[in-house]
Amino acid sequence: MEKKPVMLKIDQVQHHNENYATLFFNHGIAFRPGQFIMVWLPEIDEKPYTVSFHSKERFGITIEAKGKFSQRAVALKPGDLVGVRGPFGNGFSFEAHASVCFVAGGCGMAPLAPMIESVPCSKTIIQGARSDDYLLFKDRFKTADVLYSTDDGSFGQKGFVTDALADAMAKNMFDMVYACGPEVMMKKVFDLCEANSVRCQVSLERYMRCGFGVCGACVCGKERVCVDGPVFESQRLRTLDDFNKKALLKSGKEVSLTDYFSWRSV
Amino acid sequence: MNVNFLGKQLKSPTVLASGILGNSFDILERVHGAGCGIVTMKSIGPAPRDGHNNPTVIDLGHGLINAVGLPTPGYRDMDEEWKALEKRAFPLNASIYGGSVSEFVEVAKFVAEKNPDFIELNISCPNSEKHGMLFGTNPTSSFDVVSAVKRVTGSIPVIPKLTPQALSIGEIAKACEDAGADALCAINTAGPGMLIDIESRKPILAYKKGGLSGPMIRPIAVRCVYEICQQTTLPVIGLGGVTTGRDAVEMIMAGATLVGVGSAVKSRGIDVFSTITRELAQWLDDHGATLEEIRGAAHG
Repeated sequence: MEKKPVMLKIDQVQHHNENYATLFFNHGIAFRPGQFIMVWLPEIDEKPYTVSFHSKERFGITIEAKGKFSQRAVALKPGDLVGVRGPFGNGFSFEAHASVCFVAGGCGMAPLAPMIESVPCSKTIIQGARSDDYLLFKDRFKTADVLYSTDDGSFGQKGFVTDALADAMAKNMFDMVYACGPEVMMKKVFDLCEANSVRCQVSLERYMRCGFGVCGACVCGKERVCVDGPVFESQRLRTLDDFNKKALLKSGKEVSLTDYFSWRSV
Repeated sequence: MNVNFLGKQLKSPTVLASGILGNSFDILERVHGAGCGIVTMKSIGPAPRDGHNNPTVIDLGHGLINAVGLPTPGYRDMDEEWKALEKRAFPLNASIYGGSVSEFVEVAKFVAEKNPDFIELNISCPNSEKHGMLFGTNPTSSFDVVSAVKRVTGSIPVIPKLTPQALSIGEIAKACEDAGADALCAINTAGPGMLIDIESRKPILAYKKGGLSGPMIRPIAVRCVYEICQQTTLPVIGLGGVTTGRDAVEMIMAGATLVGVGSAVKSRGIDVFSTITRELAQWLDDHGATLEEIRGAAHG
C-alpha cells in the first residue's frame, strides 16, 4: 500500500509554555506508544515526531520550538494543513509487569506520555529538565505520583533524574524502566538499571529520511533506528556500541554525539 | 550458493544496491551477514554534501520514489570508516561520483588506495543536475569517465552503473566496454518521476522529482540488461525491482551474472538477500538447471 504523506487539518494548537506546543488532529491513527510519524510542512522539510496524545479519534504531536522547522510548526494555526506519514518504528513493549518506572528528560516526556496512560500497573514517574519551563505535561498525570527534578532547582528537587531514579530503585523493585530524553541521560539510566539488574527500554533519536529502513541515514551501530528502533531494550543496548557515542550527520559523516546534537539544535 | 565474479568468490549472487543502507561499516557488515554477496557503499563524492531536504523517499507500494541527493562526507573525511573497512571480511564495492572527469579521477585515485574489491562509477543518479545521469546519458562522456578512471585504479575492477534514461543503454554499455570497464551495473532508478500532493498543491519531494525503483521498474531493468548483453560481453550486475528468486531468475535469463537488490529491503527486510538466494537455488533445483545454463537464456 502506498504511504505518501496524508494531509491533515490542525484542529487545535495548545501552547504549553514558550518552549512547547501540541498540534491536535481529529483523526484516528493506528499508533503504539513509542512509534513516530514523519511530519511534513510543504516547501519546508519533513521531520520525525512522536504522537504524544492518542485516543481513538484524535491525536496530538508535541513540538519543542528550537530550530527553523519547529519554530514554523509551533506557529501553525487551527485549519492549517500538515502532512503525516507513518507511524513507523517498533514502539515500547509491555509484558504484564507489576511495577514500572518512567524517566523523562525535557521533551522526552512526549513519547512516554501515551505509554504512561496506557499501562495498567503500578507506575512511578520521574520527570526532569534543565529548568521549570522545560518540564513538559507537568500536570497531566492525575493518578500517578510524579517526582520532579530540575538542573537549576527552579521546580522540584535540584539535580538530575538519574539521582531520583537511584533513590526510587533503592525503595522499589521495578520490572521495567522506560526512558526518553537526552542520550547521555538514557545511558546513565541504562547503566543504573544494569547495576540493579532491572530491564529498561530507551527511545533513540537520529537524523532520518525514509522512516522504513532503506536509506541508512539513521543507523546506530548495526541497528536502523527507524525500523529496528527507535525503542531499544537492555539486551540490545549491551551490544550497541554507538549508543551515547556516535551519530551520522545529514551528509553521512560520523561524529560524536556532542557534535551531532549541536548540529541538530540549529 | 558460491559464485565467482571477476576473480572473487562470493557466497551469493546478490549485491546490495548503492544508496541503500551502506552508510557505515557496521551496517555493511550486517547486510553481508544477512546473505549478501557484495555490499556497496553509498556513493562517495569529491566534497561534503548534505543531499536534499526531506521528504526524500516515499513508499509507493509498488516501489519507491527517492531524491536523497547524493549525500557524502566527501572522500577526504571518512578516515574512521576506511580504517574499519580495512579489516572487513566481506567483498566491498565502493561507489563513487564526481561533477567532472577530473573529479571522478580524484575520488577514484584516493578510493583505489583504500583497496575496495570493486569500484562502481555512478554515472546514472537522476537526483542532481551536476552529477550522475549527466554523464551516463551520453556515450562520449561515459567513455571519458571510464577511461580516465581506469588509468588510476590499477587492478581494481571498475563497474559503471548505467541509467535507463539513456537513449540507447546498449550504446552506453559498449562505450564503457571500449573504455576498459570490467563489468556493468544496471539499472539506476528510472524516470525521474514526480508526486504532487493535491491538498497542498505542492510536489511532495523537496527536490520535486525523484528516481523510481522497485517492482514497478523491473520490466525496464530486464529490457536494459537484455540490451546491454546484446551489445557487450561484460559481466552485468542486473538490478531494478528484483524482489524474489523468480525475479532473479528473470534477470539472469536477460544476461545478468549477479543481481542487485535495493528497494526489496523495504518489502522483505534485510534478510531479503538470503531469502532471494534460497528461492533462486530452489528454482534451479526444481528445474534441474544451473546459473551458468540459464544466464542469457532469453537471448535467441
